[in-house]
Amino acid sequence: MVNMIIWTIAVVTALGLLLALVLYLVAQKFKVEEDPRIDEVEKAMPGANCGGCGFAGCRAFAEAAVKAPSLDNNYCPVGGNETMAKVAAILGYEVKEKAPMVAVVRCNGTCEARPKVNEYNGFQSCYVKSLLYTGDTACAFGCLGCGDCVEACQFGALSMDPVTGLPVVDQEKCTACGACVKACPKRIIELRPKGPRGMRMFVSCVNKDKGPVARKACGNACIGCGICAKTCTHEAITVEGNLAYIDPAKCKLCRECEAMCPTGAIHGVNFPKPLDKDAIKERIKARQQKAAAEAANKADAPSGATAPAAAVSAKVKEDKKDE
Amino acid sequence: MSKKHTFSMGGVHPHDSKISRECAIEQLPLAPTVYLSVAQHIGAPSVPCVAVGDKVKVGQVVAQPGGFVGAYIHSSVSGTVKSIGPRQDLAGRMSTHIEIAVEGDEWLEGIDTSDTLITAIPEDAKAIVEKVKLGGVVGLGGATFPTHVKLSPPPGSKCERIIINGCECEPYLTSDFRTLLEKGEQVVVGAAILQKAMGGVPCTIAIEENKPEAIAHIKEVIARLGYPEMEVMSMKMRYPQGGEKQLIDAVMHRQVGSGALPISVGAVVQNVATALAVYDAVQKNKPIVDNSVTVTGECFPRQANLLVRVGTPLRYIIDYLGGVPADAVKIISGGPMMGRAVANLDAATVKGTGALLFLTEAQTRRAPETNCIRCGKCADACPMGLEPFLLNKLAQAKDTDALEENAAQDCIECGCCLYSCPAHIPLLDHIRVGKGFVLSAIRARAAAAKAAAEAAKQ
Amino acid sequence: MSKLLVSPSPHIHSKDTTQRLMLDVVIALVPAVVCSVLFYGWQELLVLGVSVASCVLLEWAITKYLLKKPSTVGDLSAVITGILLALNLPYTTPWWVVFVGAVVAIGIAKLTFGGLGQNIWNPALVGRVFLLVSFPTYMTSWSAPKGLFGVDAVSGATPLGAVQEGLMQGSSVPEIMSAGGYDYSQMLLANLGGSAGEVCALALLAGFVYLCCRKVIKPWITLSIFATVALTSFIFWSVDPSRFTDPAFNLLTGGLILGACFMATDYVTSPMSVWGGVVFGVGIGFLTMMIRYFGSYPEGVSFAILIMNSVVPLLNRWFKQKKFGRK
Repeated sequence: MVNMIIWTIAVVTALGLLLALVLYLVAQKFKVEEDPRIDEVEKAMPGANCGGCGFAGCRAFAEAAVKAPSLDNNYCPVGGNETMAKVAAILGYEVKEKAPMVAVVRCNGTCEARPKVNEYNGFQSCYVKSLLYTGDTACAFGCLGCGDCVEACQFGALSMDPVTGLPVVDQEKCTACGACVKACPKRIIELRPKGPRGMRMFVSCVNKDKGPVARKACGNACIGCGICAKTCTHEAITVEGNLAYIDPAKCKLCRECEAMCPTGAIHGVNFPKPLDKDAIKERIKARQQKAAAEAANKADAPSGATAPAAAVSAKVKEDKKDE
Repeated sequence: MSKKHTFSMGGVHPHDSKISRECAIEQLPLAPTVYLSVAQHIGAPSVPCVAVGDKVKVGQVVAQPGGFVGAYIHSSVSGTVKSIGPRQDLAGRMSTHIEIAVEGDEWLEGIDTSDTLITAIPEDAKAIVEKVKLGGVVGLGGATFPTHVKLSPPPGSKCERIIINGCECEPYLTSDFRTLLEKGEQVVVGAAILQKAMGGVPCTIAIEENKPEAIAHIKEVIARLGYPEMEVMSMKMRYPQGGEKQLIDAVMHRQVGSGALPISVGAVVQNVATALAVYDAVQKNKPIVDNSVTVTGECFPRQANLLVRVGTPLRYIIDYLGGVPADAVKIISGGPMMGRAVANLDAATVKGTGALLFLTEAQTRRAPETNCIRCGKCADACPMGLEPFLLNKLAQAKDTDALEENAAQDCIECGCCLYSCPAHIPLLDHIRVGKGFVLSAIRARAAAAKAAAEAAKQ
Repeated sequence: MSKLLVSPSPHIHSKDTTQRLMLDVVIALVPAVVCSVLFYGWQELLVLGVSVASCVLLEWAITKYLLKKPSTVGDLSAVITGILLALNLPYTTPWWVVFVGAVVAIGIAKLTFGGLGQNIWNPALVGRVFLLVSFPTYMTSWSAPKGLFGVDAVSGATPLGAVQEGLMQGSSVPEIMSAGGYDYSQMLLANLGGSAGEVCALALLAGFVYLCCRKVIKPWITLSIFATVALTSFIFWSVDPSRFTDPAFNLLTGGLILGACFMATDYVTSPMSVWGGVVFGVGIGFLTMMIRYFGSYPEGVSFAILIMNSVVPLLNRWFKQKKFGRK
């Protein structure tokens, strides 16, 4: 009996050692020679394998980064500047800091503002719904509400708000990988810069119908009236196809467009103070009066300009108050 | 015992619900305005050739073909062109529509509006095809493929048989049945014209066995008019017997290959209504300006088969018959298996509109989805021999290669799989998505191959 | 007017539901259940009752409290598992053993895999095999049936068990058969010891025919099992009738009819295509006979089915149905 136990242990141990040796030899013989820096870069990556960089996973990014002559075209949105700095250190490259981006849902067609005109009874997927028709509201462009974007997000940054029926982005969790942008068949989600201290402005609408049609479908729609473009002193807003668009590169976050928008389609988020529409409207009015007065002055002979000066100092005081 | 003619695999047996079969075709009075879509056929949208303010007559060309695969569009009314611009179709999508305010009912000179039957067939096949083209004839079985293109097969392919599709396998639809009964002679002459256009080939008029009156009548008409090599074939009642590939399989016992056209097995299939339109275009110079529409549904108070001018707003048709019933929850343009649910009642009819079906909540609301029990009923039902349970999973996983291997691109979207699934899984919703992936991949490959060939040439 | 419904086609649905299919299977099992209760008495009723109740209760409790999903008890698949499990056990099985079997069948073999439609192995068989391995005494001591109003039972072996024991002791098959007084008409109408489902082949076959007529199952899996069993045993029996039992004996004893008609044809664990099903049936038949003739267990159907269940994904890959228009 004891003999049997001893023999069993001996045989199994010997077998184990033999197989271990075989595995080791095979691993050595079939080892793939790779640049060791690929492994180092891969260790520095966040390991999410989300594809946001455009490559098939973190390892693929590492391989591409090692092969590339510079890091200009390779950026990991999930790891951000921190990770890119590490990668640059490993490879000895220079890397420019990029402004952090975030996904922005450009639709504010809530259940209340954008009533349903029919009931969708197919499979609950935005893509399937978009293949069938333009949606269950009168707006042919707006969010379809089935949550393909929520499904696509690997970081849990998106969720559907049951009251508004629209997706909500958690800006802390969002890594700007772009999966939701690709998943949305209506192209409602856009990657925009996070902005200083998270403050950003955007037009929360993608409706290209004529103003009255858009407004009838949704109370929060952009009607393409152009007031925002006329108001903006930084040339950041363009209106094309009955839809306004704020260029994030030019926007200086003055919120004047938001104050002037008749439908509330323009949104400013993360501002510390609530929007004081009246103050801003006063400021704009004063500026326009001054501009008109200056134009009139140029036409007439130059005269003492105390009134315009007073208006200018009043405007400067108000600007200081806002910031 | 007669052999039952039918296709070789799959199929389901919904109740045929032909509750409107006794309703003779009646003329719908003219609507005050019609809206003619320029995109009512497969191929390039047509290009309007009238301007706002022009006066038009019935049968006058208002839009010309936009490409080789395209069709003429003719005014279905006489009146004034009020606008040419974007308007929503029944799915809410925008396409250009020509709005015409109706004034009177004046037809273009040269169109024979009498009821005289003209049985003499023109001799020149090319002239026939040209007349079919000028008549704006498209496939009225629902696919709306330009008929003159179908009648001009690519060089090297030969037509061996014309099949006239009188199956009308979708439940509820009876407009083709009524056409066979009331305009059977014109249909038969149209079939003979098609025979001549394809070089004098045999013709089979396939009619499902649930229409015995039509079978008897057409047999009698053929015997009386005496066209050679024309026969009626009684088909087993089964859905989708009227599907093009299934019909060719049942009649000629040949299966059209994946991605191939019926002409590759020598068949040309035309719907009964298309054959009628061919008769009108060739013998009467009458282009497509109207079509028969079945308006039906158990909850609909008055069943009807209406002759409707193309471009009539759906709301006008429904109001004429008493309005939308209170317990109707879904309005379908077409049959219950492959028709399209109407999201926009202000849309107008197109050439391919064959029915307006009203379904109640109990008939149509989808039950909640449960687990797949791997019963295989979907695969048994698929007339193309596919495995919907597998394609469903592959489409959800977005595995395009596996989808192509499992022939997702062969799916004819007949709906048999979803119809038969005991777990109420929305199979076809997913398979359509998968089919789209595969077709895009195939197109991309073809484009890349073409580009590579061009580059190689240089 | 309320809002219109919009969905992709098709817009109508057949009357089939999962529940209806399962109900048909329950109805098909009723003759066998009735027969077994008549033959085995109130103890069988207890086994059945405990089995069905445990399976249903466990499924409800696990889906509600552990998985936190809506209960799937309404689709009747737990009821079927309960009935099949009970029919696979001797009527003398204690109630707590039955309960353990239900825990394994529903909890482990079905719900850990994801519930209905996701399991690889037939849950009732997994439960039965687990009990066979864990409680061999309860599972292999058979009593001759005493009927609903019968007299005391006499312990003994099933025909298969008797044959195996007899062979080990050196007797030949014909001797064993005459010693036990086994008669084919008895086996068909079953007045023998065995698991409750081994009884009344006629009742089981009636249920099978009902399911085929209702188009719930296709006959080829079952028929290929019977054909393979008959052929294999015919070959071996012709070679050496003293050592190997004959085809009729093999077809009628053991859980073969129950297994072939109700367990092998379970949708979830069987192949989807015709040829896949035929190969599946051939495999089951062959393995059953090998285990019966050469294995140490007298009964091979349960193991054969479970082994072939493992092969089903491969069979689904190899044998696909013919596509329209393709070679």
